[in-house]
Amino acid sequence: MKQNFRFSGTGGQGLITAGIILAEAALLDGKLAVQSQSYGPEARGGSSKAEVIISDEPIRFGRVTHPDTLLVMSQEAADKFSGDCDGSSLIITDSLFVEEVRAKDARRVDLPITHTAREACGKPLFANIVALGAVVELTKCVTPEALERAVLDRVPKGTEDANKKALAAGYELAKKAGGK
Amino acid sequence: MKSMEELVNEYFRPNRLPHLWCPGCGNGVVLGALLKAIDAEGLAKDDVAVISGIGCSSRASGYVDFNTGNTLHGRALPISTGLKMARPDLNVITLSGDGDCSAIGGNHLIHAARRNIGLTLVVFNNSIYGMTGGQYSPLTPQGARATTAPYLTIEPSFDILALAEAAGATFTARATTYHVPILVDVLRKGIRHEGFSIIEAVTGCPTNFGRQNKLAAPAMMMEWQKEHGVMKAAWDKMDPAQREGKFPIGVLSERTDLKEYTKAYDEIIERAQSGKEAASA
Amino acid sequence: MSRVLLMQGNQAVVEGAIAAGVRFYGGYPITPSTEIAEGMAKRLPQVGGKFMQTEDELAGIGTVLGASLGGMKAMTATSGPGFSLKQEMIGLACSAEIPCVVVNVQRVGPATGQPTSPSQGDVMQARWGTHGDHWLIAVSPSSVPECFDLTRRAVALSEKYRCPVILLMDEIIGHMRERIELPDNYEGLEAPRRKQPDVSPENYLAYAVTDGSKVPAMADFGSGYRWHVSGLIHDETGFPKGTPAATKNSQDRLHAKLRDHEDDIIQVEKYKTEDADVIVIAYGGAARTAYDAVDMARAEGIRAGLLRPVTIWPFADNAVKEAAQTAKCLLVHELNCGQYVREVGRAARGLVPVDLYAKYDNEPATPEQLLEKIRESAEKIKGAK
Repeated sequence: MKQNFRFSGTGGQGLITAGIILAEAALLDGKLAVQSQSYGPEARGGSSKAEVIISDEPIRFGRVTHPDTLLVMSQEAADKFSGDCDGSSLIITDSLFVEEVRAKDARRVDLPITHTAREACGKPLFANIVALGAVVELTKCVTPEALERAVLDRVPKGTEDANKKALAAGYELAKKAGGK
Repeated sequence: MKSMEELVNEYFRPNRLPHLWCPGCGNGVVLGALLKAIDAEGLAKDDVAVISGIGCSSRASGYVDFNTGNTLHGRALPISTGLKMARPDLNVITLSGDGDCSAIGGNHLIHAARRNIGLTLVVFNNSIYGMTGGQYSPLTPQGARATTAPYLTIEPSFDILALAEAAGATFTARATTYHVPILVDVLRKGIRHEGFSIIEAVTGCPTNFGRQNKLAAPAMMMEWQKEHGVMKAAWDKMDPAQREGKFPIGVLSERTDLKEYTKAYDEIIERAQSGKEAASA
Repeated sequence: MSRVLLMQGNQAVVEGAIAAGVRFYGGYPITPSTEIAEGMAKRLPQVGGKFMQTEDELAGIGTVLGASLGGMKAMTATSGPGFSLKQEMIGLACSAEIPCVVVNVQRVGPATGQPTSPSQGDVMQARWGTHGDHWLIAVSPSSVPECFDLTRRAVALSEKYRCPVILLMDEIIGHMRERIELPDNYEGLEAPRRKQPDVSPENYLAYAVTDGSKVPAMADFGSGYRWHVSGLIHDETGFPKGTPAATKNSQDRLHAKLRDHEDDIIQVEKYKTEDADVIVIAYGGAARTAYDAVDMARAEGIRAGLLRPVTIWPFADNAVKEAAQTAKCLLVHELNCGQYVREVGRAARGLVPVDLYAKYDNEPATPEQLLEKIRESAEKIKGAK
């Protein structure tokens, strides 16, 4: 099975790091993964985009043309990067920033990601990790064990506990929302 | 000191003569002085590399029996730099002309000086592009005539040693083809200097500078060097009016408190291998 | 033991270079190749090697040639504008036969172009960028593991044939991250060094050919073999010689030393080509689109295949000619306005139509887009042959 992810938002929200962590978690689970990102002029402060494909089969074309899961963490990113979603897509938004998405028929889950990061870890900086927890809870694309290990391998020493809290908060957030 | 004939037999490659320099050209004097300096310093031929760019003076590398390269116009310093990095034990001597070194290769000059890499740069300054027939260079005096300045040059010229010193060169010296013993002396000191050294050798091009500037006889160019070159100690006592039109010769600046680049890089290797910096792929 | 990593193409180039024994890097940072410079800055001193960030692109490759003369395996990396600036030095490396590897992570050009977008617009420049007749090798990876392998191969080829080897990447492969399995220890992966002289220093002629390889032995500067390197046309002594015969002899040998070893140098990958009616020809990042498009075409009954040149230069004439004999149509897909297609057309010798899907809008083609072109090509040849 092949799953396509696109994480988009504003440069500085850590979404490229989130994409890398997700791909590394997939490798830890013994799957294959390809990660790419847009390096447009907009990567400095403007919109940023990371894409991950997870599959059991070799992945050739490495870009996502139709996201199974789209994470949007800014309205500008929602305007720019939700156009190729459809009824089979899951769109996760950060409700603090996103009002509208272009794919009206997609399944949409609005979560207070950044707000939760601030509440749970004291800093909005952890929003990308909260988001990862939510994405994995909603898609089951990697195991929680692999995700935790991938997160801890990437983050700066001394921030392990805060990041674990962020992950847990992300799972919790999605569990609450997932039922609806 | 060995005679010139002994030096030729010792250091010139058989079958590479005659050289291509014109009668009266000063380049042979500079090369002779360099061989005297190398000989006096007792350097083994295997331990010397001579790398040059492109131009009349840069042909010198092909005549002498060391590890030699006649490379690209302006690029002798980068190639010398790479060689020095690979083989810090070699005495790398870079030969360059005024145009080669200060125009097309000017950026490399200031950065080699800034790094204080242990090269000995000998600039053959004949104030003109000689090989191509007399076009002006950044070291052509303002107001001189050149084939590309038929109405005289309006561009001020560089003081290449001041430029190099400002960029960080830790040894700068100048001499002329008239002041041969001084030239040999500053070349020896430049070779011995651990960091980046630059020696400007003022040399005459009667054919392509002289003819256009009323200095067509080689002896006239030597006379000019004799009259305009002033020993550093005397220069220091002259007032600006006395200095007008003249230039100092000898060692003009020298400092030994700064680390040579390849030695500084060895510390980088130590730091990286001590594991203090991140070591993962 | 080995380790499984998620790694960027540019990082895999760094690891491939370290494994191959590259111990000197000189270069200037430029998007989208900068991760290679950053990686070499970190990794080289760990293994006793040296990294220099030079004042400009010219000095970057200049220091590489100097270090190579000193006996080190040396490499530089750049992208379009820097590749243009390095061309004169690439010519010196061809003429003076100084081994070096030049990585070009292609971006959209000309001029500043689109610094962060993929392109394959330098494929002809990689062959003909420097002035004058010259011969060199270019190879192009299509995956992150292949970045590791082909960097090692590029180093080995440059040492073996004493010529510059261009590692022709593109932004897709340079920045993509995927799975790579690397050995914990690079022992045994080192590329063999250039051939050393088997005569005494007195009898050493720097450019004399002593065996059938047509590649002269190369002594390190400072090893006791004093020789002269020159960018002027030279004879076997290495000293300038301007006669018509010397000029022709020099060019003939520089050509023959690669032409005679094309079997060793040229590599292609064939994917489902045996019975293919439409053979797609694509390289580097564009080939990733092509694998998927070929599978999709097969799924709907079109017999498609992919011929992927891994060695870009010298051109794989024989493989393309064979494809032109077995297929009914060749379809070149490249991320430029159509460059390599000219070589394919020449090699196909009019045997079959050569179609082109040129993509030059900052984005790689999707498999669906290429599939559409395969359908068109297949439709055209219905009933042909």
